[in-house]
Amino acid sequence: MKINVKINGIKKALDVSPDEYLVETLRNNGYMSLRKGCDTGSCGMCTIHLDGEAVLSCVLISAKADGHEITTIEGVQEEAKDVAKYLVDEGVDQCGFCGTGTIMSILYLEKCVDNPTDEDILHYLRGNLCRCTGYAGQLRAIKRYLEAKNDEGSK
Amino acid sequence: MITIKEYVMPKNIDKAYEYLISKKNSMIFGGGAFIRMGSKNIALGIDLSKANLRYINEQDNEIEIGAMATFGDIERSEILKRFSGGILSIAIKDIVGIQLRNIVTLGGTVYSRYGFSDLITALLALDAKVKLYKGGVRTLEEFLENGSKSKDILEKVIISKTDGFSVFKSMRNSKGDYAILNLAISKVDGKYRIAIGARPQRAIISSQAMDFLNKNQINDKAIEKASNILASETVFGSNPRGSSKYRHEISKVLFKRAIEEVMANEN
Repeated sequence: MKINVKINGIKKALDVSPDEYLVETLRNNGYMSLRKGCDTGSCGMCTIHLDGEAVLSCVLISAKADGHEITTIEGVQEEAKDVAKYLVDEGVDQCGFCGTGTIMSILYLEKCVDNPTDEDILHYLRGNLCRCTGYAGQLRAIKRYLEAKNDEGSK
Repeated sequence: MITIKEYVMPKNIDKAYEYLISKKNSMIFGGGAFIRMGSKNIALGIDLSKANLRYINEQDNEIEIGAMATFGDIERSEILKRFSGGILSIAIKDIVGIQLRNIVTLGGTVYSRYGFSDLITALLALDAKVKLYKGGVRTLEEFLENGSKSKDILEKVIISKTDGFSVFKSMRNSKGDYAILNLAISKVDGKYRIAIGARPQRAIISSQAMDFLNKNQINDKAIEKASNILASETVFGSNPRGSSKYRHEISKVLFKRAIEEVMANEN
């Protein structure tokens, strides 16, 4: 079956099978930033934005994306670089496998919550597992990133 | 692994029902996330994404939640945050991660009558009703017990707007994990209603404990007695998350925490 989507601002018509999941569709079409981790909706590595909402592409049937707008990390490269800098500075990007999903969730948090508390940050990041560094460093990095963004905004 | 031969996205529920009864091995898709975990061969997948069932509406006397409202919609809804202590938003906030909650739907969960569900327990305490396309309006309590006699589609859940207050409690190994046990209490017009779920069987009403609470003055002794009644009247099972004995014991703790919170709100 054919689906019409907009990926990172570009309209595309894609052929998908009825039981195909979006992580496969996107990877098959060159969006290799998407990691396939648990493949059961638990680890958060395949996080993308669908019409601006963070979703797990491994449990989303591709047909459901028909008529919608998809954003992968390739579509927010500059923002992602900003976030990644803080993650690296805090030493929380070791193997890097969870990085793209984590960054997509951080960008979603930034969009949804003004001045998030530690609890808000942990709540929005709960769906992203990291098996290298744990979460204390991530929390520090995200807070530093958001502080820097706030400072920039207030200038 | 699931296989789907054909997948359709009807524009309305009438068409969805036509598809549903057109093939023996047809299946309605809500978010479709939980189906991913299982193994099924589906001849016709019917996706309700385009059937205009994603809404949360506040009427004069009721709140209606469309079958395709996601848990994310419920969590963020200002209408539901304001209603009855925000129990529905609270009940789902610890389910896996926000990216999954942005996919999982009310209809997929309620129609499937999942035993592990947190949302169903909270809805049961609120005495919610379900509106089925063919089966009409039924209480959630009765629907959970009997299910649907023939293929049907859940259109929406209806909750009476009351001035009550409700509390949801769960026990989990970690935030984001499935509940080992969950419990919800609502108090409306001076009457308590208690639901207990993830037993691990599907949620039920604790009628004897409720009856005791509604006929006695609530003090520490009465709470203790009610917790024992609740634990005794409830059938618990065992699964890898917890044994029936463990669930029996923690049911009393969850109950006490919940009732104390309801009472604290009154004071």
